Amino acid sequence: MADSSASTAHGHSAGGHDSTGTTRRDLLDLVAGAGGAMLAGGIAVALIGSMNPAADVLAVSSVEIDLSPIAVGSGITVMWQGKPIFVRHRTEKEITEARDVNLSDLRDPQTDASRVKAGHDQWIILIGICTHLGCIPLGNKPTDMRGEWGGWFCPCHGSQYDTSGRIRKGPAPLDLALPPYAFESDTRIKIG
Amino acid sequence: MAGLHKSDLPNPVLNWIDSRLPIITMMQKEYGVFPTPRNFNYFWNFGALAMVTLVLMIVTGIFLAMNYQPNTGLAFDSVQHIMRDVNYGWLLRYVHQNGASMFFIVTYIHIFRGMYYGSYKAPRELLWILGVVILLLMMATAFMGYVLPWGQMSYWGATVITNLFSAFPGVGKYIVTLLWGGFSVDQPTLNRFFSLHYLLPFVLIGVVFLHVAALHIVGSNNPLGIEPGGPQDTLPFHPYYTAKDSVGICVFLIVWAAFVFFAPNLLGDPNNFIEANPLQTPADIVPEWYFLPYYAILRSVPNKLLGVCMMFGSLLVLLILPWLDTSRVRSCRFRPTYKWFLFAWVISFAVLGYCGMNKPEGIFVILSRVATLYYYAFFLVITPILGKLERPLPLPVSITQSVTGRPLESH
Repeated sequence: MADSSASTAHGHSAGGHDSTGTTRRDLLDLVAGAGGAMLAGGIAVALIGSMNPAADVLAVSSVEIDLSPIAVGSGITVMWQGKPIFVRHRTEKEITEARDVNLSDLRDPQTDASRVKAGHDQWIILIGICTHLGCIPLGNKPTDMRGEWGGWFCPCHGSQYDTSGRIRKGPAPLDLALPPYAFESDTRIKIG
Repeated sequence: MAGLHKSDLPNPVLNWIDSRLPIITMMQKEYGVFPTPRNFNYFWNFGALAMVTLVLMIVTGIFLAMNYQPNTGLAFDSVQHIMRDVNYGWLLRYVHQNGASMFFIVTYIHIFRGMYYGSYKAPRELLWILGVVILLLMMATAFMGYVLPWGQMSYWGATVITNLFSAFPGVGKYIVTLLWGGFSVDQPTLNRFFSLHYLLPFVLIGVVFLHVAALHIVGSNNPLGIEPGGPQDTLPFHPYYTAKDSVGICVFLIVWAAFVFFAPNLLGDPNNFIEANPLQTPADIVPEWYFLPYYAILRSVPNKLLGVCMMFGSLLVLLILPWLDTSRVRSCRFRPTYKWFLFAWVISFAVLGYCGMNKPEGIFVILSRVATLYYYAFFLVITPILGKLERPLPLPVSITQSVTGRPLESH
C-alpha cells in the first residue's frame, strides 16, 4: 500500500535500505530480546531461589548426646536435621569383626578405623537411612533382626550391613553414611 | 482428514499442533495481524499493563503461598519468616504488596480512559460491564489478601467490612455469621479468605479472557471515538503495539521497582506491623488507599444501611453507564462541556479518597457528602442530560485524515 511504505521508509539511516544487510530493527530486536531474557532470568532466579532452604532451616542444628546411659551392646536412635542417627556402643566382638575384613570383599570399601573416631572405636555413629531407597534399617533394638553380619538389616529389600555399617549383601550400593560429629568428652558427643 | 483446522504454518511440528488446536493461528490473528487503530495514545497501554500485573501477582503469590501459614497463631510470624528467612522472600513480599497498589493504579487509569473516550458506549457495553466485574473481583481479592498477614489493620479492617453486611434487615446477622464461619473474624475466616484469595485471581483470568474476547469482536476504540473506516486507519498489532506496549511495560516496571526497592512501605499502614489483637482496636481503622473513596462514601451518611447501599451503589452505577450516556459522540475530545464535568468527577473521587483517610469529623463530613453527591449526580443527572443538551465539536472525517492531515488517497 502506498501509504504504509511511505510512512515506514522515512527515518531510516545507516544500514537501513538494503534488506540483505543488518538493519536498525535487527539491533533493536536483539537488545529488546536480551533485555527481556535478563528480566526473565532475574525473575526465575528469585522465584526458584526462594524454594531453596530458608535461613532458619539452614541454621546449623546440632544435637548433643550423653553416651553414659548407653550400655555395651546396645544402641539408640536420635533425630538430627530430620534424619535418624544410630548411636551404638559396640561389644569387643563387634569391633573385632568390623576390623577383621578383607577390603576387596566390600562393595563400598572402607576400613573400620575410617568410620570411627580414634580412641573411641566402641562407638559407631551412623545416619540410619538405607542407601538403597531410604528405609530405616533394623538393628538398634535388642529384638531387631541384625542380618548375617550382626549389624543392621533393612526390612524393605533385604540390604544387610555389618557392625561398622558397611553394606555386605542386598541391593544397597553404599555403606551407611556418617554424620559430622565430635567427642566433647568421653561420654558426650555433638552431632552437626 | 475431517475436522482438522487448515493450518498455514511452514514448520511441520507446529503445523501438526496447530491443525489440532489452532492456538498459534489464533495468537497470530488476535495479537499478530489484528487491525488496531493507528492513533492510540499511551492511555491505551494500561490494559496490557493490567494483564502484566495480574500475571506477576499470581506468580509472586504462588511462591509466597509456599511459605505462608493460614493459622491465626502462625500467620503473622510466617510473613516475618518470609521477609527474613526465605531466600528472596523480602522481594516476593514487597513485589506482591506493592503490586496490589500498582494493579489499582493502572486499573483506575484504564477506567478513566474508558470514560473519557466513551469506550463504554455501543457496541462496547458488554466489554465495559465485564470490566466492572473485573474491578469487583480485584477488590474482593485485594480485601482478602490484606487480611492474610494478620496484622492489626488486617484484622480490624476485616471486622469492619464483614460487619457491614449486618446492615441488611433480617438476614444481615446470619450473612455475617456465614462469612465469618464463627462469631467474630477468627481462624475459619482466615482459612477461607486464604482459599478464596488463591482462587479469585484465576477467576479473574477467565473474566479477562472474556473481556479481551469481547474487545476483539467489536475492535478497539481510539482517541477520536470514530470507527476505523478501513485498513488505512489501522495497524497490525504486531509490531506496532507490541513495541509500544513493551515501552510502556518498561516504564511501568521501573515505577513498580521504585516502590519495591526504595519505598516499599510508603503506601502501607504502620498498624499492620503489630500482630492482630482482637481485644484492642487501633485508633484509626483505615483501608488501603485504593479503597479510600468507597470508605468515604460509606461513612458519608449517618445511616448504616444507607451507607452500605451507597457504597455498593457507587460501583453498581458504573454498570449502567452505557445506558445513562445519551450522547451520540463518544470521545470527550469532541465534548467540550461534558469533559469538564468528567474532570470534576475525577477530582471528586480524589476528594473522597482524601476524606476516607481522615476521621469522619469536621470539614471531612461536609466534604465527603458534597463529593458523594457530585459522584452520583455526575452519573445519574449530568451524563444523561448533557448528552442531549450539549453541542459537540464536529467529528473528524477519518482517523487517517486526523492523524496525517491529508485526506485519504483513493486507491
